Amino acid sequence: MTDTPVLSVRDLTVEIPTRHGVLRPVDDMSFDIHAGEIMGVVGESGAGKSMTGNAVIGLLDPPARIVSGEVLLSGTPVHKLKGDALRRLRGKRMGMIFQDPQTSLNPLLTVGDQLSETILEHLNVTQQEARKRAIAALEEVGIPAARQRIGSYPHEFSGGMRQRVVIALALCAEPDLVIADEPTTALDVSVQAQIIALLKRLCRDRGVAVMLVTHDMGVIAEAADRVAVMYAGRMAELGPVREVLTNARHPYTAGLMESTPLASQGRKRLRQIPGAMPRLGALPGGCAFSPRCDYAQDRCRQEPGPTLKRCDGRAACWFPLNTAAKEEAKA
Amino acid sequence: MLAYIIRRVGQSVLVLLVVGLVAFAMFHFVGDPIDNMLGQERTQADIERLRVQLGLDKPFVVQYWRFLEQAAQGNFGLSYRQGRPVAEIMIERLPATLELAFVSGLMALVGGIALGIFTAINRRGVSANVVMTASLIGVSLPTFLIGILLIYVFSVELGWLPSFGRGEVTRIGGWTTGFLTESGLKALILPAVTLGLYQMTLIMRLVRTEMLEVLRMDYIRFARARGIREKSINFRHALKNTLVPVVTVMGLQVGSIIAFAIITETVFQWPGVGLLFINAIQFVDIPVMAAYLMMISVMFVGINLIVDMLYFAIDPRLRADRTTGGH
Ligand SMILES: Nc1ncnc2c1ncn2[C@@H]1O[C@H](COP(=O)(O)OP(=O)(O)O)[C@@H](O)[C@H]1O
Ligand SMILES: [Mg+2]
Repeated sequence: MTDTPVLSVRDLTVEIPTRHGVLRPVDDMSFDIHAGEIMGVVGESGAGKSMTGNAVIGLLDPPARIVSGEVLLSGTPVHKLKGDALRRLRGKRMGMIFQDPQTSLNPLLTVGDQLSETILEHLNVTQQEARKRAIAALEEVGIPAARQRIGSYPHEFSGGMRQRVVIALALCAEPDLVIADEPTTALDVSVQAQIIALLKRLCRDRGVAVMLVTHDMGVIAEAADRVAVMYAGRMAELGPVREVLTNARHPYTAGLMESTPLASQGRKRLRQIPGAMPRLGALPGGCAFSPRCDYAQDRCRQEPGPTLKRCDGRAACWFPLNTAAKEEAKA
Repeated sequence: MLAYIIRRVGQSVLVLLVVGLVAFAMFHFVGDPIDNMLGQERTQADIERLRVQLGLDKPFVVQYWRFLEQAAQGNFGLSYRQGRPVAEIMIERLPATLELAFVSGLMALVGGIALGIFTAINRRGVSANVVMTASLIGVSLPTFLIGILLIYVFSVELGWLPSFGRGEVTRIGGWTTGFLTESGLKALILPAVTLGLYQMTLIMRLVRTEMLEVLRMDYIRFARARGIREKSINFRHALKNTLVPVVTVMGLQVGSIIAFAIITETVFQWPGVGLLFINAIQFVDIPVMAAYLMMISVMFVGINLIVDMLYFAIDPRLRADRTTGGH
């Protein structure tokens, strides 16, 4: 694509100083998201996905902070902004959706109040106009009888409906970028697909750039156009979803695929990746994935894993898998 | 909701019956009412006559019921010490206590909530930490000591404020007020601070803890992610959620001010019902003591009920009857 990406993250590194040394939950991450594109960010719990999302929207909890790299929102250096300037961008140019719709909404304010408040904050409209837009926003996310429900409190909605309200809130001031952090994890399986379908529709209709954070490869397969696989704060693999899912280059991606039941692959034996992701304070020498990797060689245990840039830009691995498949496809 | 209110009113009545039993028992087990009412020269016939007159020959339950009947009408008999109806004495003394409690309660609520918010929002700031440290003193020093310290500084050393009494009061109908004269207002300051300080620090610490908790909630984070202003986050989103769980405790604290007034009234010789009660104890003036006990418990129970209703007013989740469905 030739147009400038809505979000461009360059060499982003986040550090948390602790008593036992400096932790690096996000280490040298780079990726772009274009308008109308859903970019999946996947990895096991603790990989640094939420931390990446929070860094982008400028909501890192101190003492965590961005120590280097850039976050460019259509060219605006968000990482340099502070205080009011940053606040004004939130909601207006970038929105965020959280995991648990039970706790994301203020229980003592009606959904209409919460929507109007957000609209009035960012758009130069009257009270009546804000109310109209609030109703339209609820309609757009598929809340039936939106006009009547505008005065309802969050507890009067079911979980799935509440997540729709959350999405309406994130989108009501028409941001260009939405970060959805595990938007379906807390929902019933039957509702998950509906919410994913809604996100896809909004992304397509509005041309919003979506950063879809999840630990679920199934969600990625369903929704994402491109995917970034994270492991221990670093980018393990980055590429178009179909290629990454069918021809994983990084052994970690391959492991994630083998442990996920995917409808498209029919019944297959599931296999968990042995061991657990190391804690940030106790990363192994060499490539962080090497102790769990079936293909690890001496080099992997001695040298730190390569950065994505040093490799083919696709998998941060000394010995990537499935490279032959790519050559064949080219030939 | 109606069922809930009925249940709460039922509980309140039960509490009052128990307190009534205690008050009633005082008449019987603390001293002998016959002894108290007849002088040294008395005949067996006098005693018998009075027993029948007072209904002391009736069974316990009947006597208790009669006591409750009388108490409900505000009739606690004559004060042993003053020989006047207890109700009359109480009504004379009540304005002083109520005005003192009102000012203290207001100070405790307004000051406590304001300082609680301030220390929560600026939890890393120097001034918030100074306030927190100072509040430890407020919680740990006993009320009478605070009163005496204040008297020492502001009355004895500086001579700015009176150390005892109510100052000049104005009579409006059956009510005497100190609000309308300068000396009356001046006289209020030290007792009100003494009485309200403990409750204020308690409310402040409560509000602070709860507000810090609320500020960590997802919906606050989500509000930030939507670019809502800090002011609106603190006062619109966080404050209301903070007050819901603390409103009960605050109500109780403010209610207990009237009970705590005993100590303050004694220290400042404040002519209210608390001081009346202390004096009544010294003279074993049982009718006054019983009336005081009943009055305090009625107030407590009443405040409790009001607080519960308040709860419904603030929290939409409790107003189950207005749910519009939607599952
Ligand atoms: N305040 C903190 N102090 C130390 N480590 C933290 C802190 N917050 C998060 N972490 C660590 O940062 C890492 C990344 O966390 P997170 O981004 O939430 O992971 P994910 O969203 O991928 O599950 C985790 O290993 C977590 O333990
Ligand atoms: Mg997370």
